Amino acid sequence: MLHVDDLTVSIGGTPILKGLDLEVGPGEVHAIMGPNGSGKSTFAHALAGREGYDVEGTVTLDGADLLAMEPEDRAAAGVFMGFQYPVEIPGVNNMYFLRTALNSVRRSRGEDEISAREFLKVAQEAMDLVEMKQDFLNRSVNAGFSGGEKKRNEILQMAVMQPKLAVLDETDSGLDIDALRVVASGVNALRGPERSMIVITHYQRLLDYIKPDYVHVLVNGRIVESGDHTLALHLEEKGYADFLGEDAELTGASA
Amino acid sequence: MSETLRDIEKLADASYEFGFSTDLDTDVAPPGLTEDTVRLIAAKKDEPDWLLEWRLKAFAAWQQMEEPDWAKLQIAPIDYQSISYWAAPKKKPVLDSLDEVDPEIREMFDKLGIPLHEQKMLSNVAVDAIVDSVSVTTTFKETLAEAGVIFCSFSEAVRDHPDLVREHLGSVVPVRDNFFAALNSAVFSDGSFCYIPKGVRCPMELSTYFRINSMNTGQFERTLIVAEDDSHVSYLEGCTAPQRDENQLHAAVVELVAKDRAEIKYSTVQNWYPGDENGVGGIYNFVTKRGRAHTDAKISWTQVETGSAITWKYPSVILQGDRSVGEFYSVALSSKRQQADTGTKMVHIGADTTSSIISKGISAGNGQNTYRGLVKMMRSAENARNYTQCDSLLLGKRCGAHTVPYIEVKNPSAQVEHEASTSTVGEDQLYYCRQRGMSEEDAMAMIVNGFCREVFDELPMEFAVEAQRLLSASLEGSVG
Repeated sequence: MLHVDDLTVSIGGTPILKGLDLEVGPGEVHAIMGPNGSGKSTFAHALAGREGYDVEGTVTLDGADLLAMEPEDRAAAGVFMGFQYPVEIPGVNNMYFLRTALNSVRRSRGEDEISAREFLKVAQEAMDLVEMKQDFLNRSVNAGFSGGEKKRNEILQMAVMQPKLAVLDETDSGLDIDALRVVASGVNALRGPERSMIVITHYQRLLDYIKPDYVHVLVNGRIVESGDHTLALHLEEKGYADFLGEDAELTGASA
Repeated sequence: MSETLRDIEKLADASYEFGFSTDLDTDVAPPGLTEDTVRLIAAKKDEPDWLLEWRLKAFAAWQQMEEPDWAKLQIAPIDYQSISYWAAPKKKPVLDSLDEVDPEIREMFDKLGIPLHEQKMLSNVAVDAIVDSVSVTTTFKETLAEAGVIFCSFSEAVRDHPDLVREHLGSVVPVRDNFFAALNSAVFSDGSFCYIPKGVRCPMELSTYFRINSMNTGQFERTLIVAEDDSHVSYLEGCTAPQRDENQLHAAVVELVAKDRAEIKYSTVQNWYPGDENGVGGIYNFVTKRGRAHTDAKISWTQVETGSAITWKYPSVILQGDRSVGEFYSVALSSKRQQADTGTKMVHIGADTTSSIISKGISAGNGQNTYRGLVKMMRSAENARNYTQCDSLLLGKRCGAHTVPYIEVKNPSAQVEHEASTSTVGEDQLYYCRQRGMSEEDAMAMIVNGFCREVFDELPMEFAVEAQRLLSASLEGSVG
């Protein structure tokens, strides 16, 4: 479904990703782990289409060339990114935002806009999933939300958008254990044979709740090791030292 | 400069959809301003002597005055002798019947989205339509008359209700108040008059729609609203003008009188032609608006200012009576080469008076936007309170936002709060919205509308939708 072939990304002339390869099949959940500064978030943004990146290589989703698309077209193609730092939009009602987002991708796909009634149903189900109260939808997008609320809002959006590929960038960061449980159970509920996920995390903790099919270790812009979920446990125990090689000192210092 | 930023600037560069002009047979006075011009206007309008005297007094005062220069505006010198001070569509309509309105004028208003046929109108809104110097029609007059509400052109009011006009004209904005107010007092051509009797809640929204059509003319209208004890009225004005290369002067005066426990809500959606991206053409919008609030009365100004080359206006409230309330909600957009110096004055005289000011300034392109506001607590203003919030949003690198609050407190029990913020539409906000599937243009409109929401919430429903549309249209452009 998702093919990433020899992906390189530089930001302002500095190479961050240095030839990343990844295959994600339908319904699979892949975890990407790695030390700080290894390029995890850059990978997520490269998939979503952030501006200011010099990108080379090939990324296709169901055969479509993602790198040639604007961010909104990637969204319409089924790419959803859960942000590590969700952005605040004061004065814009959360419900209005969600409905505009959903209708935007529906229009791009040549589908009819969702009716108000149908949308409310979809939104209500999503709210139940992340255990949010009704007033959540009437507040401004992320404005004044706690860290946990912001992350739950990302999962709520994912539930409404029903993406083909979800890229969750450090969704666990800044969460207490209760919020982590809610977020993880939301993610698990959204797993399905038609939906692939890339879960980016620094810690193994999240993977106690979201059991990945594959775990990849990203170090210094390359995937250096892949395995099943036991690899995460190994990392928990041993850290990234085994994979750092000659860059160990440098990367360790910046961590 | 990043790609996103360039796109933002493109977005801010919009076309003006009301720029057409209508070929009306118009009676225009030759350019120039002397005492004879003032006499000519009074004669054209067949005005009583007291009004001519009042005009002449204003003209004499104006001749002694100088243009104000304290605003942060660059204004090319205005040649007051090159302007024509009287222009009126020639086929004078019979004011009592809509069927008599010149079909060309009707068509012009249809094109503006303001149908003058009652069956097609926005329900529950009465409209006074003003073209160049005169009122061409007022709708829903009979319905209003049943409630005892007088809503008519200023000229009709002078003719039919001279005592009411004479009592209140200039009572809030004296003829010598400022240069532009004095000029208006001397040469004002028409405007709207509205009177709400004691205890009456006006059964519908009242609205005046201003259209400048002729070339080389100034528009000088006056609005006078008198709300008697315990009455209530909501009033809206809208304005557009054709796209022309020369600047046109619009110097209006609005006076509001809210007697004891009365409430006046005055909303403006100003969309005069702003000029082009090089600063050629556009309306000079120099307006004096002021209300006097008596005991327990409330005056609320809401303005959405997206048009005009230059906007100079400070809708104000004199909080004279105890416990009176003044409010000012403003959205001002300056894009292209537009300049806006706008804000409010809240003058607290009575005890326990309260005022609140919410100002949202948006600057794009080469636009310059200044909030200038005065909060004055007089010695008598025991326990008076003010809350001011000024937020500025910058779209692009060449525009500017300025906040200039003046605070004068002469009573130690008074409380004044001022909050100000300046922000930009972040690339991260746009990216976030686009990742959720929205086009950059839609995302921008959503973010800007969100920024203005506290003000839009104050507008009557139909006009809030219109204001959002207008703001989005003003930010529309070709996204590459």
